[in-house]
This record gives sequence, C-alpha cells and structure tokens, in this order.
Amino acid sequence: MIDLLSYGAFFLTMALTYAVICLGLNLQWGQTGLFNVGVAGFVAVGAYVSSILTTPAIDGRLGGFDLPIVIGWLGGGLGAGFLCFLLGALTLRLRSDYLAIATFGAAVVIQLALLNLEGITGGPFGIGFIPRPFGTLAEQPGLFAAANLAVLIVLVLVCYLALQHLTRSPWGRVLRALREDEEAAKALGKDPVTYRLQAFAIGGFVMGLGGAAQAHFIGFIAPDNYLPTLTFQVWTMLIVGGSGNMRGAILGAILVWAIWALSGSLVASVFPPDQQARAASLQIVLIGVALCLVLLLRPYGILGEAGTLRAPLRRALRRTPNSLSEGQKTNV
Amino acid sequence: MTLQPLMDGLVNGSIIGLGAIGVTLTYSILRFANFAHGELLSWGAYLALTVSAALGALLPGLGTPIGPFSFGWSVPIAMIASMFLTGLVALTVDWLLFGRLRNAGSAQIILVMSSFGAALALRNLLEFIYTSSPAYFTTALQISRPVLPGLRATPDQLLVLVLAVVMVVAVHLLLTRSAAGRSMRAVSENPALASLAGIDTRAVIRMVWMLGAALAAVGGIMSGVVVQIRPTMGLDLLLPLFAASILGGIGSVPGAMLAGLMVGLAEAFTVQIIGAEWRAAVSFVILVAMLLLRPQGIFGKAAA
Repeated sequence: MIDLLSYGAFFLTMALTYAVICLGLNLQWGQTGLFNVGVAGFVAVGAYVSSILTTPAIDGRLGGFDLPIVIGWLGGGLGAGFLCFLLGALTLRLRSDYLAIATFGAAVVIQLALLNLEGITGGPFGIGFIPRPFGTLAEQPGLFAAANLAVLIVLVLVCYLALQHLTRSPWGRVLRALREDEEAAKALGKDPVTYRLQAFAIGGFVMGLGGAAQAHFIGFIAPDNYLPTLTFQVWTMLIVGGSGNMRGAILGAILVWAIWALSGSLVASVFPPDQQARAASLQIVLIGVALCLVLLLRPYGILGEAGTLRAPLRRALRRTPNSLSEGQKTNV
Repeated sequence: MTLQPLMDGLVNGSIIGLGAIGVTLTYSILRFANFAHGELLSWGAYLALTVSAALGALLPGLGTPIGPFSFGWSVPIAMIASMFLTGLVALTVDWLLFGRLRNAGSAQIILVMSSFGAALALRNLLEFIYTSSPAYFTTALQISRPVLPGLRATPDQLLVLVLAVVMVVAVHLLLTRSAAGRSMRAVSENPALASLAGIDTRAVIRMVWMLGAALAAVGGIMSGVVVQIRPTMGLDLLLPLFAASILGGIGSVPGAMLAGLMVGLAEAFTVQIIGAEWRAAVSFVILVAMLLLRPQGIFGKAAA
C-alpha cells in the first residue's frame, strides 16, 4: 500500500514537472500562436543552469556553486527565458515558420553543446548529485515523496495563477487579438513584435523553471534526457489538453504522461528484451499519429480555449459556407 | 591544410542541395516549412535498399559492381523505383494529413506542426521496420583515387556530383521551360489568381510532392551509397536542408542547390578546422547569420 502510494506520488510529481513546461508552452503557442520546436533545448538550459548553480563543487567541471535550490530554479528560468528572447528577437519580425526553424536549430545546437562542452556540462555523462528539495527527509521515503509532490503542486499552482492572471489582463487580450487578427490589432496601435517577444520570453522562463524542477526531482541529468522526443511529448500534452487553456495544459500533461508511462511498461512486459528498442519506436509512431489525429479532428483539444469566444465563433463559421477562414486564406 | 574537405563538402552539399530543392518547393508552393521532408530522404534510401535487395536475390547478376563503382545495376534500377515509391509516400501523407488540413482552412502553422508529428511517425516507423542499426547498399570497399594534387575521390563520390548536376539542370528546365513548370510557378506567385486562370491547383500540389520526394529519394540514396543508411539520417539532414533553402532564397531551385553546396563545404571545412563534433552547429550559424543579414536569401526577392 505504501509502495503504491509512493509510486503514485512519484508519478504525479513527474507529471507535474511536465505540467509546468506545458504551461510555458501554452503561453507561447496557446495564447500567442508562436510555434516552438525547441522545447527540449530550453528545458535543458533550465535544468543545466540550475544544476550548475546548486551542485557542490567538483573537479574538472565549471560550477558547483552550492547555492540554494530556489536561486538555481530562478537562474534556470532566466537562462531559458533569455535564450528565447534572443531567438525571438532574431525571427519574430520574419515569417511565422522561421521561428519554428530557428528554435529547432537551437535545440540541435544546445544538444551538441551539452555533449561537447565537458568543462561546463559534464559531457555525455551529465551532472549528478543534484540536491533534492527536502533532501534531509530522504530516510523516510513516504514523507520525502509527499514533500516533493507538495513542492511541485505549489509550483504548478503559482505558475498557473500567475499565467492565468497575465492572460486575463489587458496584456493577454492584446496577445489573443494579435493571434486572431494582426492587422486589426496593429490598427489599434499594438506592436506585434514587442508583445510576442515578451510572451515568448516569459513562456521560455516557465519552461526553464519546469526543466530545473525536473532535474532536482530526478537528481541527475544527461544530454539523452533532452532529445527531440521530449519536445514532442510536451507538444502532445498541450494539444491533447487544449491549447489556449491553462487547465487543459495541466490536464494534458498528467493524461499524456500516464499514457506514456503505461504504454512504456506494457512494452517492457510484452516484448522480449532484444525487441524492446523496436517496440519503443512503435510507441512514438502511435503518439505521432495521435497528435496528427487531434489536429485533424479536435484542433482545440479536450478542454478547448476557455473564457474566449474563439471556439464557438469558429464552430459557427465552419457551418456557413465561404467562411471567414476561406477569405483569409486567399489574402496570405 | 589539404584540399580534401573540398571533395567531402561538395558530395555532402549535393545531397543537401537535392533535399533543399524539395523544401524550397513545398515552402513556396504549399506555403509551409515541412519538417517531414528529411524523412523522405530516409524513406527514399530504405525503399531503394529494399528494392535493390529484392532484385539482388532474384537476379544475382545485378549485384556485380558496374565498372569502377561499388554497386551493381540493382541500385540504379532501385533508385528509379524508389523515386516513384517515395513520391507515393509523400502523396499518401498529403492525402491523409496535409490535404485535409488545407481543405479545412487551417492556419499555416498548424500544417508546420502536423508535419512535425508526421516526421516523428515516419521516422520511428522506419526504426520499427528496419531497426536502428545502420544498413549499406554494398559491403564492397572503394579505394579513393587522386583527382587533383591533394584531392582524392572515390568513383562513387564523383558519380554523386555528376548526378546532382544532372538532376538540378533537369528540374530547372522543367520549371522554366514546360507548361507544368509554368503552372507551378504561377501557383507559387499567387494561388488565387492561378486557379482563376484555370490552373488545376491540386495537380500542381501533386506534382510538387512527386518532384520533391523524387529528389529527396535520390539524395537519400546518394547518402546511403557514400556513407550509410540510418533511420535518423533524415533528421540529421533537416537543419542543413532548412539552412540551405533559406540561404538560397525560398522558391529558388538553383539557389537551393548552390546554397546546399555552400552548407556542405562549410560543414566539411568546420570538421577539418574545428572538429567533427561541432559539424551540426554549422547550419545553425549560417541560419542565424542569414536571418540577421539577409532573410530573403541570396537569390530571394526582398519582400518574400
């Protein structure tokens, strides 16, 4: 019973770290319509910056500043946010998919840097002995798991309330206005690049924070944790939960992580050990197909966008022939 | 400092260029950055491998090497088959996914996102079918011969260069001299006006996929002949493909090829001067420099 409970706590804590990352992505995509294909890279920056700041000093690697965990998390968030700011400043004045290409490239280069800059990142072996919150409780596994879960619940709540407040503010309304009709918003004197850049950087900060929290929860990190599959998992979480909806982002993270973990253990129990790598790739095929199916059949996810007229408006438009979206298409 | 990186760079650059032509065509005519294009190179290579293995098993004579090359007639025949089959793969994905999203009037960025999902599915399907261990067309070893002082090349590498030039000239002539090419360029300039003028947009879209996929298949097979075939080869080439299509200017076929060669050369000289571990960063540096200095690319129009 205790085992089951502590596994439940472990599972939920892991899912909530994804929820934080997903909330950051929701600000970038759901609210602002910016397609970030480099999620894994920004999560990695958050995790590595925080780990370098908080681990004890070690020979042959930069860092080991032994700082408090809170400072590490903030540093991780700021690192990822700053990187997003730079990439956004580079591409947001250009065509919308240049940002996608640039973030994809950034993730590739970050992965290379993690592997090759051994003096900073520890190379392929990564960084170990990352301090855990409430490390002193590690003797009592039940209490330790509960304390970690509580930390993550608080973190998700804080991020959720802060982002919810932001998106309901006049600032958030401008973001949605720009997403829906850029020309109209510009006519009202709102500069699209400035607002999008702010949203992209803040989203990056939240992603980095999630990455940092995850690193401290697992206790060790390596470049292999931040492959493109991670980007894809987080995207699936957001799309399934409902892009534009903060509660959807959290729900999607827990749901998709549950499916992922269950199908993973199914693969491990059904297939013989030598076939497991192949079976794991089938797992990704199925989730890739699922992502495409959601985009085709239910583009607003399970919950859809809350508190705005977007979804009902689109539904009404789809019923009328020669709808608005047709008109927009020819303008592009 | 030798001239050897020149040869490696040109060979890899040809492969990147052929892939980038497909990226630039889908980008300018279908109007989205296709993250699944790299997978067409992988699929092209694996489909050719399968056909060539089947041919080799049926008619063992086809496996004996042609002249100085490392492969027999089974590989060129398989290449023709694979160009067609890879086109069918692209058309199937378009029919299942992109076409439906287009008809639903989805935003361009939804297409980009769906291509990302399609890429993952296609890549992992290959990994499931063929496993992640590398495969080869032949196991024959080739000895490189001196071409110029300080520059050695295998016959296979020289063939890749010649084939790339032939393909680019053919595509360029097709686009500039044929009715099909004219309608493709018309849709690229203004889809609404083109369909008003009686151009069948759907036929143009099919042509874009067939052409892009066929070139991708050739690129993938070339990469398989001179290096090896892996399920992740397309993913590794994706960033160079994007860098080359942006560097060359979206929509420009000669631009994409030339930029592909430049990216290939830059990678080869980086490997020589800085080290092989930073090779994948070259495309990103080129990309960032282009976006900063000249986002429309070398051959692109200013308001692209």
